[in-house]
Amino acid sequence: MNYRAIKAIYTFEMSRFFRTLLQSFLSPVLSTCLYFVVFGTAIGSRMESVDGVDYGAFIVPGLIMLSVMTQSISNASFGIYFPKFIGTVYELLSAPISFLEIVIGYVGAAMTKSLFIGLVILGTAFLFIDLDIQYPIAMILFLLLTCLSFSLLGFIIGIWAGSFEQLNLVPMLVVTPLVFLGGSFYSISMLPPIWQTVTLFNPVVYLISGFRWAFFGQADVAIGISLWAIGFFTLVCLVVIWWIFKTGWRIRT
Amino acid sequence: MPSVVSIQHVSKIFSDGFKALDGVDLEIKDSEILALLGPNGAGKTTLISIICGISSLTTGKIQVGGYDVESQYRKAREMIGLVPQEIALEPFETVMNSIRFSRGLFGKPKNEDYLDEVLKTLSLYDKKNARVITLSGGMKRRLLIAKALAHEPKILFLDEPTAGVDVELRKDMWQTIKKLKRKGVTTILTTHYIEEAEAIADRIGVINKGHILLVEDKVALMARMGKKKIYIDLTKPVIEIPKELSHYSLELIKGGLAFSYTYDTKSERTGITSLLNDLQSAGLKMRDVQTQQSSLEDIFVGLVEEKVK
Repeated sequence: MNYRAIKAIYTFEMSRFFRTLLQSFLSPVLSTCLYFVVFGTAIGSRMESVDGVDYGAFIVPGLIMLSVMTQSISNASFGIYFPKFIGTVYELLSAPISFLEIVIGYVGAAMTKSLFIGLVILGTAFLFIDLDIQYPIAMILFLLLTCLSFSLLGFIIGIWAGSFEQLNLVPMLVVTPLVFLGGSFYSISMLPPIWQTVTLFNPVVYLISGFRWAFFGQADVAIGISLWAIGFFTLVCLVVIWWIFKTGWRIRT
Repeated sequence: MPSVVSIQHVSKIFSDGFKALDGVDLEIKDSEILALLGPNGAGKTTLISIICGISSLTTGKIQVGGYDVESQYRKAREMIGLVPQEIALEPFETVMNSIRFSRGLFGKPKNEDYLDEVLKTLSLYDKKNARVITLSGGMKRRLLIAKALAHEPKILFLDEPTAGVDVELRKDMWQTIKKLKRKGVTTILTTHYIEEAEAIADRIGVINKGHILLVEDKVALMARMGKKKIYIDLTKPVIEIPKELSHYSLELIKGGLAFSYTYDTKSERTGITSLLNDLQSAGLKMRDVQTQQSSLEDIFVGLVEEKVK
């Protein structure tokens, strides 16, 4: 294993993050504040609690997931797409490193960034509401798994994308709707039975449900199923990335 | 001299069916400077890309330092530094971070003194903390070389390193390449500039349409294939070539005030002595005589044209 190469990629990627630290930090804080003002205070004050949880607190796991998923995809996809776009990918391809080392470097950096943002949002949430996290270790584990799986997905999107438009296409047209319809701001038990069934085909439901379970000890779907779903999703992403590097699809002529 | 890169029967067919390389065989010797000449689309960049791991080969085998570039890619690539044709650099990073990254990618431990030395050699030391975006075009070219040298490679591939570079910088780069040769670095450069190959290469390879047409020692190549031209200036102009001289392939130039005569340097009889005698017999008086060696460019053009025929 070329650990120095992994460290080089990770450090190089993180330095980009630190160059724009203010933006990286302020943007999620601001959007979280807006969500709390709009959903938590303006709308939430007119709503009853959901499954016994105050609505303001109920939306916290969904809000964190929303940002973590989109940030993981955006950081990882940009991380690998940018070298392709400016041509510096030649260095990666000509270096004595394996696909696994490249993935660990880029995905590790993307994970770190989105984990940081997730924790910033959680910290901001404490400013607005009283939160009692029932299973903090499980919460961190779920957060890490989500950062990992969506960073892997982002990495695939970054390799697939042939333009900046394509880079934003999947997150905008697929991921954001899935996250919004995956129970970020509501419990799927609030939906009519037919839509409850349809929603179960949305993989994001399992992630948000599992994450919410770590906060409140209750979930839309069983925690075991949530874990299985996120594990399966991670495995699929890893297999796709392994295939990409084996065949050189979109990166090696 | 042992081969440091061994290329055997390498072919490359792209997915659209285009055959970029067709059974290429090439042995690159340790510590030499090999210039690979060829027109656009000849296969120069494809060959380099395959050796360095950017592109995969369709058939054949390549070994670098005895290691197969596919099955033993880590060992093979550790030995190689690549300077690409296009300027490809992370614009917002600093010069130093950029070369630190390159060194790290190749698994080398931190060595700031060595990196400082590389920057000094390439006259970039005073820019070590500058962002890449602020560098001039020539500095960016030099930074690409610094990145390729950051992991102390034994073999350096330069893919048209001086394309679009002014004459002064080009000569600076030649000096750098010569310095590297003295340190034992094997250099393979592709170029359009015959002058470049003529100035720094030990051996010349000519590639066209995916075929290596020849690989030969530069001096021997010029001696073997080089033709010389003799220019004979006359004291008085002539209207046509006199009958006595009609069996020589002479050309009347300068409005009849001179003849040019091309001869083969490797030929046993160049015909110069008899020509000069016959000129006197024809009553022509000479004012001056000059000779000119044909350049590598003439040789290259001749070779490529010959193959086209």
